[in-house]
Amino acid sequence: MSVEDKVKKIIAEKLSVDISEVVPEASFVDDLGADSLDLVELIMSMEEEFDVDISDEDAEKMVTVKDAFDYIKNH
Amino acid sequence: MTDTADRVVVVTGGSRGIGRAICTALSAPGTVVYFNYSSNAEAAKATTEAIQAAGGKAFSQPVDVATPDAVNAWLGGIVKEAGRIDILVNNAGITRDGLLVRMKESDWDAVVDINLKGAFNCMKAVAKPMMKQRYGRIINITSVVGAAGNPGQANYVAAKAGIIGLTKAVAKELASRNITVNAVAPGYINTDMTNDLADKAKDAMIGQIPLARIGTPEDVAGTVAFLASSAADYITGQVIHVSGGMYM
Repeated sequence: MSVEDKVKKIIAEKLSVDISEVVPEASFVDDLGADSLDLVELIMSMEEEFDVDISDEDAEKMVTVKDAFDYIKNH
Repeated sequence: MTDTADRVVVVTGGSRGIGRAICTALSAPGTVVYFNYSSNAEAAKATTEAIQAAGGKAFSQPVDVATPDAVNAWLGGIVKEAGRIDILVNNAGITRDGLLVRMKESDWDAVVDINLKGAFNCMKAVAKPMMKQRYGRIINITSVVGAAGNPGQANYVAAKAGIIGLTKAVAKELASRNITVNAVAPGYINTDMTNDLADKAKDAMIGQIPLARIGTPEDVAGTVAFLASSAADYITGQVIHVSGGMYM
C-alpha cells in the first residue's frame, strides 16, 4: 500500500467517511466534518502508523488531505 | 464496590488520608493501582498493604505532580507498562493557610501548583490514551471551600474552585470519547491535614455541619468509587459534595 493510500485509509477510518471522499483538496473540517478532537486523533493515528512525532505547530498547518500527504512524505 | 476489577487506576497523593482510602476503595482482585506521594515512603507502604489486602496490585513512587516532565514520565510509563489507564483520581493537595494580607507569593504558588496545576498536568497526560481507548473516568478532589469560600485559605480556595472549572471544561471536551470528568467536594474530613487545626476551630466547624460529625476518608472514597463505577456512566461535569450538608 502506498503512503498516500495508508494516509487515506487512516483519515477515512478516523473521520468515519467513505474513502472516495478523501481526495487531496478535501478539508478535514469543512469537507470531511472533523471537529477539533477528531483532528487530534487523526494526528495521533498518523504518528503511530508512520512512527513520527508531529508537533502541535505542524499539526495546526494540516488543513487538507494533501497537507497530510505532504507532511508524511517529507518526514 | 468492586466493578473496578481489572481496571488500571491512578491516584495522586495516595499515601495518606483521603488518598489512601480512595486507593483502598478502588482496589479489587485484578485491579492495578498506581499512586504517587511526595515524601512519606512509610505511609505509602501502608497504602500498598491496604491495596494488596483488598486483592489489588499496587505500585507507588514519589512524583511531583506540579512538574509536567515528572508527570509525563510517570503516567507515560504506566501506559507503556499496563497498556491503559482507566481511572484517574486527582487527589494530591497541600495547604499553606494564612490571611490574604500575610500570604506570601511562595504560599500561593505552592498551593496552586500542586492542587490545580497538578490536576491539569495529570489530566493532560491521560487524555490521549483515554481518547484512544474510548473510555476514561477522571475524578478530581475539590473541597467544600472551593464552592463556599473560607477565610485564611485564599490560595487553597482559589485552587479548589479552579478544579471545579477545570472539571467542567474538560468534561465537555472529552464527553464524546466516553470519558467522564467529575469532582468530589469533601467537607471537614478527619485526616492529617485537618488534625493540624486547633480544637476550638474544630468545634466551630462541627457546629456548621448538619449531620453533626466529622467525615471520614471512607465517606469520600465511597463517592469516588461510585463515580468510577458503571453506576455513574451517565454522570459527567458534576460536583458531588461529601460534607455532611455543610454547604447546600
